[in-house]
Amino acid sequence: MGTERQYCTFRVGSLSFGVDVLEVQEVIHRQEMTRVPRASTVVRGLTNLRGQIVMAIDLGRRIGLEPRGEEGESINVIIKAGERPVSLVVDEVGDILNLRDEDRESPPDTLPNSVRSLVTGIHQLEERLLLILDASRVVDFDAAA
Amino acid sequence: MVLAWAMTPGSIPRINRARGLGMVEGGEALREFLIESQENLERLDQELIAMERGPVCPDAVDDVFRVFHTLKGTCGFFDFPRLEATAHAGENLLGDLREASIPWDGAVTNALLELVEAIRRRLDSIEQSGREPEAADARLIARIETLRHPDAGRTAPGADEANGSVEVPEEAQGVKQGEGTIRVDVAQLDTLMDLVGELVLARNRLDRLTSGEKATPLQGAVQRLSVIASELQDGVMRARMQPIGGLWGRFPRLVRDLGVQCGKRVTLEMSGESTALDKAILEAIKDPLTHLIRNAVDHGIESADRRLAVGKTAEGRVTLRAFHEGGMVHIEIEDDGGGIDSSRIRERAVERRLIGAEQAALLSDRDALRLIFRPGFSTAETVTSVSGRGVGMDVVKTNVERVGGTVDLRSEPGQGTTFQVKIPLTLAIIPALIVSCRGERYAIPQVSLLELVRLETDDSRDRIEWVEGVPLYRLRGELLSVVDLGRVLGEAAGDGGSSAGNLVVLQADDRRYGLIVDGVVDTEEIVVKPLARQLKSLSVFSGTTIMGDGRVALILDVVGIARESGMGTRNAERPVEVGGAKESEAESYLLVAGGDGRRFAMPLSCVSRLEVFEGGAVESTMGGEVIQYRGELLPLTRLPGGSVPGPGGGEIRVVVASDAGRQVGVVVDQIVDIVKESARASELGGGPSIVGTAVLQQRATDLLDVPKIIRGGMAATGRN
Repeated sequence: MGTERQYCTFRVGSLSFGVDVLEVQEVIHRQEMTRVPRASTVVRGLTNLRGQIVMAIDLGRRIGLEPRGEEGESINVIIKAGERPVSLVVDEVGDILNLRDEDRESPPDTLPNSVRSLVTGIHQLEERLLLILDASRVVDFDAAA
Repeated sequence: MVLAWAMTPGSIPRINRARGLGMVEGGEALREFLIESQENLERLDQELIAMERGPVCPDAVDDVFRVFHTLKGTCGFFDFPRLEATAHAGENLLGDLREASIPWDGAVTNALLELVEAIRRRLDSIEQSGREPEAADARLIARIETLRHPDAGRTAPGADEANGSVEVPEEAQGVKQGEGTIRVDVAQLDTLMDLVGELVLARNRLDRLTSGEKATPLQGAVQRLSVIASELQDGVMRARMQPIGGLWGRFPRLVRDLGVQCGKRVTLEMSGESTALDKAILEAIKDPLTHLIRNAVDHGIESADRRLAVGKTAEGRVTLRAFHEGGMVHIEIEDDGGGIDSSRIRERAVERRLIGAEQAALLSDRDALRLIFRPGFSTAETVTSVSGRGVGMDVVKTNVERVGGTVDLRSEPGQGTTFQVKIPLTLAIIPALIVSCRGERYAIPQVSLLELVRLETDDSRDRIEWVEGVPLYRLRGELLSVVDLGRVLGEAAGDGGSSAGNLVVLQADDRRYGLIVDGVVDTEEIVVKPLARQLKSLSVFSGTTIMGDGRVALILDVVGIARESGMGTRNAERPVEVGGAKESEAESYLLVAGGDGRRFAMPLSCVSRLEVFEGGAVESTMGGEVIQYRGELLPLTRLPGGSVPGPGGGEIRVVVASDAGRQVGVVVDQIVDIVKESARASELGGGPSIVGTAVLQQRATDLLDVPKIIRGGMAATGRN
C-alpha cells in the first residue's frame, strides 16, 4: 500500500538527487553547448535538441556548489518543466529507483538553504541520502549575472 | 462525371443518394471542398466589395461566376441540394450580368453578398454536422430571380434547377489549386518536423563520433549529411509560416458589414499582407485582431454627420498594418475616429472600482488609456450588440500575451486611436548577418544593418578616435559612437585590441552606431526562436537560432546593446524639468567652447558632423546666417557670447547637429572634448537656447537646446 513513484537518480559532486521519472523527458550525453555571455554561471549554455533550443543549467552551480572545472563529458538530464524543456547538467546518472511516498522524510536542517529550497524531501537509501528535487523550482531563476 | 481528386480509397465519400437524408460521410474530399470553398467565398467578398465601390471589372465578374458555377457542380457529388440551388441562383445571376442583360447596381451587390453569406452558413453547418440545414434559401432565390427578370413576373424556380442538374460541370474536375502550391495538413508538418529533429540528433552523434579523425571520406560524408539535415529542418519550419494576409481576407467584409450595421461609412486599408507568421500564432491572434477591428468601427469611427461637423471626411478609415521590426512582428490597427479621452477612462475605472481616485489621477495619459485592458472595464456606450460587453479588451490582451506578445494603444482625442500588437518572432525567419567574437558566433538581424566596414590595421586606427575613453568612428565625415562587442559581452580583450576586425554599422531605433566584431562570417536566413524565459532579462540578446551546422547561436539585440553602452536615444526625455533638477543617465556629450571660454554641451546623439568652413562662405539672409552645404542651405547659429569673425574672416568651426531630419550648424570657437557623464542639469535661466546648466569636467556647462535651435534655424532658411 502507499503510493510508489519512480525516480531518475543522478549525482552532482558528492550529492545524489532524484527527480520523478514523469518529469524527465530523456537523458543525453555529450551535447554541444553554446555559451551565453553575461548570464550567471548557473547557465551552462544553450544546446540544440532535435531542432529545439534548450537551456542547460549547471545543477552544481544552481544548488550553490563552487564552480568545478569542466571535467569530462557532462550528462544532460532533460526536464519537461512546463512549456519548454530545460537541461540539468550533472556528473553521473544512476539507476531508476522505485520508492514509496511514506518513506520520504523532510530534508534535514543541516542542508544549506540554497539546496533546501529546491528539495521536497529525502529518501534514506543504503549508502547515501537521496535528495528529491522540485524540478519546477530548479528551473525557475533569473539568469542575469 | 469525374471526381478527379477523390480517387484514393478512403477519400471517396459514401454518398447516400436518398434525398431527404443528404448524409455524407466525407473524407479528404469533403474537407478539401469545404476549405477551398470558404477561401473562394472570402475572395468573393473582397471582389464584390471592390466592385461596390468602383468600376465593375470583367475579370472579377468572371471569377465570381466561376466560383458559383464550380460550387454548384460540386454540390452534386456530395448531395447538398439546397446549397446547390442557392449556388445555382448565383450562377444564373452572374450569367446575366456577364452578358450585360441586367445592370450591376447596389441591389445586385447586396443580393450577391447575401448569397455569399448564405452559402457560408451552409458550409459551416456542413462542417459542424456533416449536413446542410433543412430549410432552403427560398426568399433569397426568389429575390435573385426578381433581379434577373425585373420586368417579367417571377419565373418558376424549378425550371432553372432542372436545367442545372443535367449540366456536366466541367470545371468541377480537380480542385483548383493555386499555381505550384499544395495543401498540407498541419499535423503532417508537425510529424515531419519531429522526424527531422530525430535526424538532426543522429547527425549530431555522428558528428561527435567522427570529430576526432582527420579529414577522412567518412567525415566528408557526415559533413554533407549535416548540411542536408539543417536545410531540411529549415525547410520544414518555413512550411509552417503563413502570410498574415490569409487572416485578413475576412476583414474587408467585416468592416463593410459593421459599417452598414452601425450606420457609418468606413473603409479598410491594409498593408503588409505578406508578413509571415507561424500558423499557430496566426490562429491565436485571429480573434483578438477581429475584436480590435470591430472596436475601431463600432467605437472609434464617428457617424458621418459627426465627422463632417468636425471637418473630417464623411467616410472613416481603419488601417491595418503589419511589419517586421526589432525582432518582432508589429500589427497596428489605426482608426481616424474620435480617439479616446483619457479622463473619461479614468472616471470609469474609478467608478468600476478598478482603481482608487487618487491613483487614477496620478497616472500618465498613456497609462490611463491602458486601463481599458483591465478585466471588468466597460463603459456604458461600449455595450452594444456589435462589440458585446466590455469583456473584449482584457481578453484581447490575454490572448496576445499567451503567445508572448504585447498590446498597447495610443490615442489623440478627436483624431483617432492606434492599437499596437507586437509578437516576438518565434518561428519567424529573418535574414541575418553572422559575426564572430572571441570564437563564438552571433547573429545580427539584417533589418538593423546599415553597412559593413572592414577595419584594416594601421590605416583605420586613425579613423577610430579615442576621446576620453569613448571610441568614435568617422564614417565619411559623420561621427559614430562605437561599441566593442567583446566588451559588451564581458569577454576578455581580443588580440589586436579593439581596432582589429570589422565595424558593423547598425540602426537602433533612431540612433546609429558601430559595433566592432572580430570577424564577419556570412549572411544567412535564420529561424528566430525566443530566449528562454530565464534569460529574458539579458537585454543584449533578442533571441536564439540554430545555425546551418546545428550549433546554437545568440541573436544580438541591437537596441539593447545601444542602451547598455550608454547611448541615449534621441527620443529620450530632456534631462531637465521646469523648476527642478533631474539626473539623466550617463550620456555622451560633445563639449564646445565659445569665444569667451564659456562652455557648452550638446548630446552626442544630436551631432552629425564636425566641419570647418571658410569664413567667407557664410552668407546672410533675412532670417539669419546660412552656408551652402552639400547642396543645401545649412542655417548657422552662433553660441551666446561667441566671437564673430564675420564674412571675410578666417575659418569657422561648425558642429552640424540634426534632429528629426533637420539640421543646423552651430558655430563654435573650440571643440573641447567628448565626455560620457551623468549630467545633473538644473535650470538657471541660462538663456533662450539653453536647456539647463550642468557640471561636466568639473566646469559649469550650458546644455544647448538642440531641437529649439534647429527650429530657429529653420526660420532662417524659410523652410518648415
